[in-house]
Amino acid sequence: MTSFRVIGKHRPRIDGRARVTGQLLYADDISLPRMVYCKLLRSHLPHASIRNIDTTKASALDGVYLVLTGDDFPIKHGILPVSQDEYALCRDKTRFVGDPYAAVIAKTEEIAQNAVELIEAELEPLTTISNSTEALSVETPRIHTYGEEGNIHKRVAFDFGHVDQSLKDADHIFEDLFFYEGNTHLPLEQHASVATTDPDGKLAIWSSTQTPHYLHRALAKTLQLPATHIRVIATPNGGGFGGKSDPFNHEVIVAKAAMLLNRPVKITLTREEVFYCHRGRHPVLMRLKTGTDKQGLIVGQSLDTVLDGGAYGSYGVASTFYTGALQTVTYHIPRYQFRGCRTFTNKPPCGPKRGHGTPQPRFGLEIQLDKMAVSLGINPKTIRTNQLAKPHSVTANYLQLGTVGLGDCIDKVTEASDFETRWGNLPEGHGLGLACSSYLCGAGLPIYWNDMPHSGVQLKLDRLGGVTVFCGSTEIGQGSNDVLAACVSEILGIDPFDIRVITGDTDLTPVDLGSYSSRVTLMTGNAAIEAATRARDIIASVVSKQLGIPKNQLVFADRRVFSSEHPDKGISFQEAMVATETEHGTLGTTGSYRPPPAPGKYKGAGVGPSPTYSYSASVIEVRVNKDTGQLDVVKIWMAHDIGTCINRTLVFNQIEGSIYMGLGEALMEEQTFRRLPQKRSSALVHKIPSLLDYKSPTMMDMPPCDIFLVEYPDKQGPFGAKEVGQGPLLPIMPAIANAVYDAVGVRIDETPITPDKIFKAMNSSDKRVGPKDFPSINFDHVDFIPPPWEGGDGNAFVPPHPHQPRR
Amino acid sequence: MLRCPPFTYHTPQTMSEAVRLLHQDDVRIVAGGTDLVPNLKRRHQQAKHLVSLHQIPELHTITETDSMVTIGALVTLAEIAAAPQMMRVVSMAARSIASSHIQNTGTLGGNLCLDTRCNYYNQSYQWRQSIDFCMKEQGDTCWVAPGSPRCWAVSSTDMAPALIALNATVTLVSQNNTETINLADMYRDDGMDYLTKQPSQIVTQVQIPKTQGQHSTYWKLRRRGSIDFPVLSIAAAASFDKNKHVTQARLVLGAVASYPILSTATSELIGHPLTPQTIEACINKAITNAKPMDNTDHTLGWRKQMTKHYIRGALNELETLATTVHP
Repeated sequence: MTSFRVIGKHRPRIDGRARVTGQLLYADDISLPRMVYCKLLRSHLPHASIRNIDTTKASALDGVYLVLTGDDFPIKHGILPVSQDEYALCRDKTRFVGDPYAAVIAKTEEIAQNAVELIEAELEPLTTISNSTEALSVETPRIHTYGEEGNIHKRVAFDFGHVDQSLKDADHIFEDLFFYEGNTHLPLEQHASVATTDPDGKLAIWSSTQTPHYLHRALAKTLQLPATHIRVIATPNGGGFGGKSDPFNHEVIVAKAAMLLNRPVKITLTREEVFYCHRGRHPVLMRLKTGTDKQGLIVGQSLDTVLDGGAYGSYGVASTFYTGALQTVTYHIPRYQFRGCRTFTNKPPCGPKRGHGTPQPRFGLEIQLDKMAVSLGINPKTIRTNQLAKPHSVTANYLQLGTVGLGDCIDKVTEASDFETRWGNLPEGHGLGLACSSYLCGAGLPIYWNDMPHSGVQLKLDRLGGVTVFCGSTEIGQGSNDVLAACVSEILGIDPFDIRVITGDTDLTPVDLGSYSSRVTLMTGNAAIEAATRARDIIASVVSKQLGIPKNQLVFADRRVFSSEHPDKGISFQEAMVATETEHGTLGTTGSYRPPPAPGKYKGAGVGPSPTYSYSASVIEVRVNKDTGQLDVVKIWMAHDIGTCINRTLVFNQIEGSIYMGLGEALMEEQTFRRLPQKRSSALVHKIPSLLDYKSPTMMDMPPCDIFLVEYPDKQGPFGAKEVGQGPLLPIMPAIANAVYDAVGVRIDETPITPDKIFKAMNSSDKRVGPKDFPSINFDHVDFIPPPWEGGDGNAFVPPHPHQPRR
Repeated sequence: MLRCPPFTYHTPQTMSEAVRLLHQDDVRIVAGGTDLVPNLKRRHQQAKHLVSLHQIPELHTITETDSMVTIGALVTLAEIAAAPQMMRVVSMAARSIASSHIQNTGTLGGNLCLDTRCNYYNQSYQWRQSIDFCMKEQGDTCWVAPGSPRCWAVSSTDMAPALIALNATVTLVSQNNTETINLADMYRDDGMDYLTKQPSQIVTQVQIPKTQGQHSTYWKLRRRGSIDFPVLSIAAAASFDKNKHVTQARLVLGAVASYPILSTATSELIGHPLTPQTIEACINKAITNAKPMDNTDHTLGWRKQMTKHYIRGALNELETLATTVHP
């Protein structure tokens, strides 16, 4: 194994000082001369036709510079090319409480708010669609006129082999319904943007966005400007978690306003408005049916999901695919069937949140495995380790796996918690639960179809030894700037802190697709390695000639370039740079990264592929109060297959962050809505859009955690690294559900797992709380794709016998 | 961000100046402001004038005599929690409020006068517009119980149940009058008009009588280990004779109605040791007044069940204290 000097070490992040001393500038910290402020008028009705908007009084208020309505924004935007369904300000109708339809730009935020209240609008209420059940039964009014039909946004259906036959032949059938409640990202930093025109009359916007490149494209489209006249600067995000990955209304609005007023315009959302931007976890109803042989090995599985998408498309089509795509990467599933359906409802749009679409089915799968283990009398560890996915194999749905460290992860957490002995044997009220998961290390395909690199890095190196990394990636708190510095410093033999990192600025940095899908470490890391290796190669040629040392004997380390045979024979890195610049002129290199092609060729195969997958396993110990249902998480053991740590400290931090966020989803968080009595009101409002009332754990609620790493470098990753930002969240929710069963013998087949549900289950005859019905959905088109081991080549074809549409 | 509407901030140096300032339109008293300021931002409370009590020295003291502990209205919750002479139930309640930051700023008087809370009410102006407002502010309907003629907002003070359990009294000062009443009498079973205190009166101090042989405790139900308001609280205090028979007992239920409920059910306990039988009798009688509604965190049915459990827990704890701890 190579010995690294930077990679894999515990190390403070390069931007740590700025963060802990409060000196990092977030979007809301930016203040420019002549800056004015924007406030939005948001719909107070969940679904309404806009009959008239009278802005006369608002415009007349002293200090108001501009009032905008939907008429000013004739072009739609949206993150996916297939879901361009948002106007910056609603034109024809509003689709949820919080949907903006007018904007005021004024001298102060107070004046802007006062003016917003002077706007007179006639909104005519339309029938409200509050959940998926209603969306499936109410054909009209349609929230959108595109999509499948009625209020169904997207339906997908795949058969990877003849699953019905496998289920018929199985020795045991397990069928369960699960419900995963929606929840939101809750970044501490509210979204904020400042737009201005630069002295040349071009547009610049600073914004708390995870995806400056996609925002760049959306602004060019909606404002009809050449992209070359727009500069997007992604400010460091005070948390993103997927909630700042869409181009947002407020970004388009302040950009337009800045162009019209020719002065800087700022908007900072209130906490309540952040709840309305949302794009968080979809509520998903699931039916999971699995057939096993006598030993509990899976012979076939079918999964049906219904996603409550909210009022707009967002990433929803991708989310729909993701609720099915990664079921196959942890355990070998020989035949697999997936049906997914996303509905439109009059609520803030759902989208990607940490784990994007996969925590919901993972919750179902891991609980069902626990039920299988109990029913078949097999330890929950064994039922998993007996059927782990094989490293470097291709799954039934054509995902190419890399290294699979899951078995080691399971071993580490079960040994540390003494799971095999203690599970099923703890005193009443105490329980242990095991669950596993896997996640992408970057989506295999970009949001818009193209064959260009997903990530680009440029290096500037100068005669004083300065190295600057330019990359379009976005620092959202996860440490992506530190990853770039670490990769470059390891190769050039300098200290990470010597390196300047410039990211997320479309004028300065090459394109990176953004901070989402756990892609940044792997993709920018590989691009950075390529750029740094090219630079080292040039420097090494020069130094080799100057010192008379063969190039392959040169070592770059400790800020020096020297001979591996005679370490005292060498020059400083800066001297090497002087020599290189003297011989070659100004030095700069580039690197880029594009994921390998995926084996799946069927339509829909684009969602799920990744260069490799991370794995996690967790054991959680809980204590449940038998009288009240109150639950304490006593301890968490978590192991993560990281491949290689780039920065060991950050890896641990990310795992702790995932555990924390997972606990919130498992125990309390819910983005729920209140409908008033329909005879008296059509209201459909977010129940608790505040940091006080939307319950998320505090530091007082965090249990002790023992964290373990499994480190088998994967050749796809930079120095062998895999992702760590999302995967370790996923086992938390099912592990807690399984631990509750071990403690008090009840099944909570839905999130959050609250004390009242445990109490209710303990006092019910079936000892369960969870969904009881699954709607009937017509899938008129099913793609049949034989798995690799049944002669498939990754293409879909018409099955040899007519396929029966499901119920 | 949400901004406070403009107001004039008054800083009287004396009580007489303070009570005089209350004779203005749209005036409110502010102590720590931890509840009032967010309420002003969300505009479910309004004020053109804020009268701060901070600069009135006598409101900031805790004093003790042989028979009584007196706490000034501007004493912070953190100071109460840390005061060595403080009765157990009082310091437990103070320590349970919100977070340490808020305890450093929030005051006794502020917590006693805390506005009643409701999920339909503690929302922004725009949110409340979406439900066409509620009875407590600008609207006609109590959405918690749309047929009801009254408002069901919830008393959410932690200090009041604790102090009522100790039979505390409160002193109210107005321009022409100073009166001391039982703290329990300062509250009314009405989510809107929840205080009997007049707007012209200022809470200046609370007096807690010292009782020999008394044990007390505070049980608070909330979702998280910090920050949250109570969705149920039980304050209990009892005195015991040398045979461990209850000579005096007070039980207060908080956050299950629009006022802190001083239960009469403790009559079941007097003259007996605390046994499972007497405790169950007390519980069955006490819960008849508890009316949790669907307007706070947690589900209604479960909170009802928890009321029994928490009373049982608090009384069992008193029994343990009586047998193991010298008061």
